[in-house]
Amino acid sequence: MRFITDRKRAAGLGSARTGTEHHWHMTITSVALLPLVIMFIFSFGAILGSPYEEVLAYYQRPFPAIIAILTMLVGFNHFANGARSTIEDYTGGHTRQFLIIGVNCLSYSAAAFAIFAIVRIAL
Amino acid sequence: MVQLTLPKNSRMTVGKTWPKPEGATNLRKVQIYRWNPDDGKNPQLDTYFVDMDSCGPMVLDVLIKIKNEIDPTLTFRRSCREGICGSCAMNVDGINTLACIYGLDEIKGDVKIYPLPHMPVVKDLIPDLTHFYAQHASIMPWLETKTNRPAKEWKQSIEDRKKLDGLYECVMCASCSTSCPSYWWNSDRYLGPAALLHAYRWIIDSRDEATGERLDDLEDPFKLYRCHTIMNCAKTCPKGLNPAKAIAHIKGMMVDRIV
Repeated sequence: MRFITDRKRAAGLGSARTGTEHHWHMTITSVALLPLVIMFIFSFGAILGSPYEEVLAYYQRPFPAIIAILTMLVGFNHFANGARSTIEDYTGGHTRQFLIIGVNCLSYSAAAFAIFAIVRIAL
Repeated sequence: MVQLTLPKNSRMTVGKTWPKPEGATNLRKVQIYRWNPDDGKNPQLDTYFVDMDSCGPMVLDVLIKIKNEIDPTLTFRRSCREGICGSCAMNVDGINTLACIYGLDEIKGDVKIYPLPHMPVVKDLIPDLTHFYAQHASIMPWLETKTNRPAKEWKQSIEDRKKLDGLYECVMCASCSTSCPSYWWNSDRYLGPAALLHAYRWIIDSRDEATGERLDDLEDPFKLYRCHTIMNCAKTCPKGLNPAKAIAHIKGMMVDRIV
């Protein structure tokens, strides 16, 4: 039982004065992913099923490698921010904070592995 | 936080089936959520049969007829019976609406009536809207000015007045907010579509001089940005308003401040 007024309960801790950067960032990465995903599907699809040497040679060319790197980088960044929103929607308290930390670690680790692999093939 | 199952004391049980009125030929089956805070029982779904030959065309007419002629303990809010006061908001046939302007001819089969979803229930069809009203008060729903009060009225052009159309008509019935999943899960922090529509009504008012402060107060991951454009609010609004569009305009103004 807490004897606080309805107005105080509604106001909570007040405004965090943040959120617009996150919203704008999601908008930018969404727009960027639109052409990137299309180009990634077509460039990756073109070589899918080919022999190992041909795939290595293909990803040593700048266009497919750069498209793949950008897709991984922007895609996992977008995923991290999107997953954060979902976690904020469905969880609360410390669980929320631990899950956000976890999903960030997962996203940026996955991006790092993917980019390392592509760079290693390309160079 | 999300809760996918009802608490034990909120689970529905089968209720009483009231006898059919004698001599009636045009009967309509109506099922209504009943809960009494004093008897310690779980909520139940009571079944009534209403003689449609002596009943008005709206859902509220059915409720009033049941209360007058069958079961005087049935509890619900109503006042203007013409969609202006917003008192009789409830969940009818799976959609939040005003019982007074929702026609029975729009419902196929049995009529099912529940209180507004995901709100504490006071009794039967009456939800506790205390927090909802407090959130509305928190957005300062009044004209804020810093300039000295003019000798006559605060003037507004016809074009600027038109910007308030589609906003001022809101009757605060809570149908939109209680249809919003984001509001279900995070209503302690998310303001909900109704309060945000009212916030935009004052942000966009050409006479108001607290636009920046209003935007400052809304800039929050939970107060504003829990809206994911699900659009349940626009679909359910019994007045045909579009709170999601108002929220999108607020987000647009927030972006204009930083880019």
